[in-house]
Amino acid sequence: MNGFPILTLMTFLPAAGALFILAARWSSGPAHPGHDNGVKWIALITTLATLGLNLLALGRFDPAMTGFQLVERVAWGAGVEYHMGVDQLAMALIVLTNALMPICILASWSIEKQVSAYMTLFLVLQTLMQGVFAAMDIVLFYVFFEGVLIPMFILIGVWGGKNRVYASFKFFLYTLLGSVLMLVALVAMALIARSTSIPDLTAFAQSGGFSEALQIWLWLAFFASFAVKMPMWPVHTWLPDAHVEAPTAASVILAAVLLKMGGYGFLRFSLPMFPDASAYFTPLVFILSVIAIVYASLVAFRQTDIKKLIAYSSVAHMGFVTMGIFAGTEQGIQGAIFQMLSHGVISGALFLVVGVIYDRMHTREIAFYGGLVHRMPVYAAIFLLFTMGNVGLPGTSGFVGEILTMAGTFPVNAWVAAGAATGVILSAVYALTLYRKVAFGKIENPKLASIADLDAREWVMFTPLVVATLVLGVAPMIALDFTRPAVAAILAGYDVFASSR
Amino acid sequence: MEAELLARLVADLGWVRPELLLVGFVLLGTLLGAWGGDRSSGPLSGLAIAALVAAAILAFVASPATPVIVFNGALAVDGYGSFAKGVIGLAAAATLWLGADRFARTNARRFEFPLLVALSAVGMFVMVSANDLITLYVGLELQSLAAYVLAAFRRDDARSSEAGLKYFVLGALASGLLLYGASLIYGFTGSVRFDLIAQAAPEAGVGLVFGLVFLICGLAFKLSAAPFHMWTPDVYEGAPTPVTAFFAAAPKLAAVALLARVLLGPFSEMTDQWRQVITALAGFSLVVGAFIALAQTNIKRLMAYSSIHNVGFALMALAAGGREGAGAALVYMTIYLPTTIGIFAGILAMRRDGEDVETIDDLSGLASRKPWLAMMMTALMFSVAGIPPLAGFFGKLVAFQVAIGAGLWPLAVLAAVATVVSAAYYLNIIKVMWVNPAAAPLMPTGGVVAITAGAATLLVFPGLVIAFGWIAHMAATAAGASFP
Repeated sequence: MNGFPILTLMTFLPAAGALFILAARWSSGPAHPGHDNGVKWIALITTLATLGLNLLALGRFDPAMTGFQLVERVAWGAGVEYHMGVDQLAMALIVLTNALMPICILASWSIEKQVSAYMTLFLVLQTLMQGVFAAMDIVLFYVFFEGVLIPMFILIGVWGGKNRVYASFKFFLYTLLGSVLMLVALVAMALIARSTSIPDLTAFAQSGGFSEALQIWLWLAFFASFAVKMPMWPVHTWLPDAHVEAPTAASVILAAVLLKMGGYGFLRFSLPMFPDASAYFTPLVFILSVIAIVYASLVAFRQTDIKKLIAYSSVAHMGFVTMGIFAGTEQGIQGAIFQMLSHGVISGALFLVVGVIYDRMHTREIAFYGGLVHRMPVYAAIFLLFTMGNVGLPGTSGFVGEILTMAGTFPVNAWVAAGAATGVILSAVYALTLYRKVAFGKIENPKLASIADLDAREWVMFTPLVVATLVLGVAPMIALDFTRPAVAAILAGYDVFASSR
Repeated sequence: MEAELLARLVADLGWVRPELLLVGFVLLGTLLGAWGGDRSSGPLSGLAIAALVAAAILAFVASPATPVIVFNGALAVDGYGSFAKGVIGLAAAATLWLGADRFARTNARRFEFPLLVALSAVGMFVMVSANDLITLYVGLELQSLAAYVLAAFRRDDARSSEAGLKYFVLGALASGLLLYGASLIYGFTGSVRFDLIAQAAPEAGVGLVFGLVFLICGLAFKLSAAPFHMWTPDVYEGAPTPVTAFFAAAPKLAAVALLARVLLGPFSEMTDQWRQVITALAGFSLVVGAFIALAQTNIKRLMAYSSIHNVGFALMALAAGGREGAGAALVYMTIYLPTTIGIFAGILAMRRDGEDVETIDDLSGLASRKPWLAMMMTALMFSVAGIPPLAGFFGKLVAFQVAIGAGLWPLAVLAAVATVVSAAYYLNIIKVMWVNPAAAPLMPTGGVVAITAGAATLLVFPGLVIAFGWIAHMAATAAGASFP
């Protein structure tokens, strides 16, 4: 359809950058600081160029059109195709990914161990993440979806904190178990529908191709994968471990992009392809979502590690997303997508906030800190903004996602919406407590006496995130209008079924 | 009459050029070796590699579109066998290259090594073309006898001798089972030829099923499918590492191809009967290979269990039955072979103070000492674990496709779960290389080892991933033309 393969170019540009870094490493002999610095610049330039290409692609993208655009399609083998394309939902998540990547590279500037390998893995990760959202063939989707595990496993395992090996194994095996069950299901789907193309499968499913009994099994297999990825209670336990041990930039990517793959999967597969089963399992998802929101918020309150606290708050916020998706109303799904984007920015930023003080003090213990506002006023202001975003204060993007998902769920099940609303209060409790303990009060710890405020690099890192949080909070229509056609398409499929039931 | 028969046999010789080439090399090489002694092992190895590659290409290029039955029904030359021969020849050549290099470096060169590998390859070529039970047995024994000697190749090493003896005794037992099964099949159908057995099968009754089960048990032993796998870890550990690399690659594919030929040739009508047996073998292999490997500390033993696990996947594809199953099993093994050869190249690089070291801990901190080797091993490990986008995943994908297509749901789910368990020990190796504090440095890697590992890595990603469609198509075509 589109002569110029911009999606492929954009997806694989980071991988090309990674190859370049490897080639440079091959030819340069033993590593030295000058080389490492060059590698960081190459990585930064690659991610910026990818973002540039992404904006170019956005220019060629028709936001009003329903369905997939910028399609590329080549036969591969054994029924599998290299089939890429994006709709508004995929595009929004790709923009989020590519916008965060340069920030992550900047956040990794302090890495000193095996810089070439680190940057290579990060760039490969970017390719794989874009691929997940841009794949229009389920096998290709799976290739990218599971491929993400490889760089993430090594990133956590090699550059992580003390308990990194345990965390990386748990992350990998947990997610893999969910994914292989999905693989079995998607192979079965492809065999029944005689196609691996996502639009074909969706059309096949919506014409009643999968019987209700089969849908239930397929839904469960996909759920096993996406619920772990999301993560939903009770399969969330890998997340706090992985987040806490991962290096800062990997935590950002984990929270901002990897978790969104679960939500994306629900919206792309579960809802349109198994509408009967989705409706059947909605109560289950609602219950798990409310438990996630309330339970994770309570657990977050008891944490002594800043990163762990934010990790649990991610679990709670993802509860809003699953609730909104399975409400099956326009408001709910719009809110869920918005919440995914907003959480990507805010929780990513919060991990960066932790990274800033971790870089200086090498501890994440809440008790270690206190009174940072005296030494780091700018830092404290930024921390406050993102804390407020996390709480869902009106004016920040966090508010819009929460209110929309709750408003979307209310007509479907008022009790669930009410339960989720308590999560908003609880999130204020843990987030404000954290802020008070870290930023306010007197500086009691003598080690903090000389801690320095943000430097130029950190300014550059945070500025776009601050802008995004405020702009999305004040003018959410920018994102909501953009995703509306995709949401309408998802709902059309879901409703046709719901009314014929 | 006799002249006519002779003329036909001579004409048939044209169909077995690859085998003739290899046999000719072995005969000539034996003479040269007897004359030149161990000094001639270098040139002989070179010649053997050339002969194996040439035979592989010859077999692959001369593959007929429709099956040709030669030598009065003893051999079938067809696409399936030719595809298998191509891969077997290349895999044997690669492992021979690795082995010859290693033996030359350790002053353990013997001129018999290339000859035995070539002889074993002839056996495999015969196996994958077998069209009657006699040829099947001859091919299998030719391959196995050469392998027994290879396992005991390091005569002065107790472990190697033990491995050879153990392999031989248990192999003989399996051959006995196989022959017993073959005699039952002959007794109940009145023929050893696959096509005649197929004709007689419907009236043969339950005795034939008995024979078939014994035959499958014998083959399962050669394949090291659980529960006939007990010899594998000991032989893998005891045999010299280059020989283990050889065992782990080509013979596995030959045995899978032979099994496909036996199941789909004479017994294609009995799919429902043998499917239960193959499903059970596949299930046992998947689980045993995944769980017992978790407890291993020796990397060669670990690879033994890994091969059992992988054979389970190939058997799962075969259990699906039909040409689809046979094609998928071939694709699976074709992708598995370069991966395992690459890993063994990595194991061969594990040398310290002139000695082979082979515990997983010896790989500690490899990433800081030899980053490139560690990177290649990492890619190979992820591939054999079946994680996309590496080639190993695509092998598993086709195996899942045919198994689910045939309705083998429980087996597919079992395989999926076993994959996760097996991923744990591959991940452990990666962790040891990247995270553990560096152990004493390894000796410099030889060029041959580095090239083989590098080539295997490039095949695993991106080579076979890009070529996956082509391989799947070739294997499907070959299986489609060769089986009913």
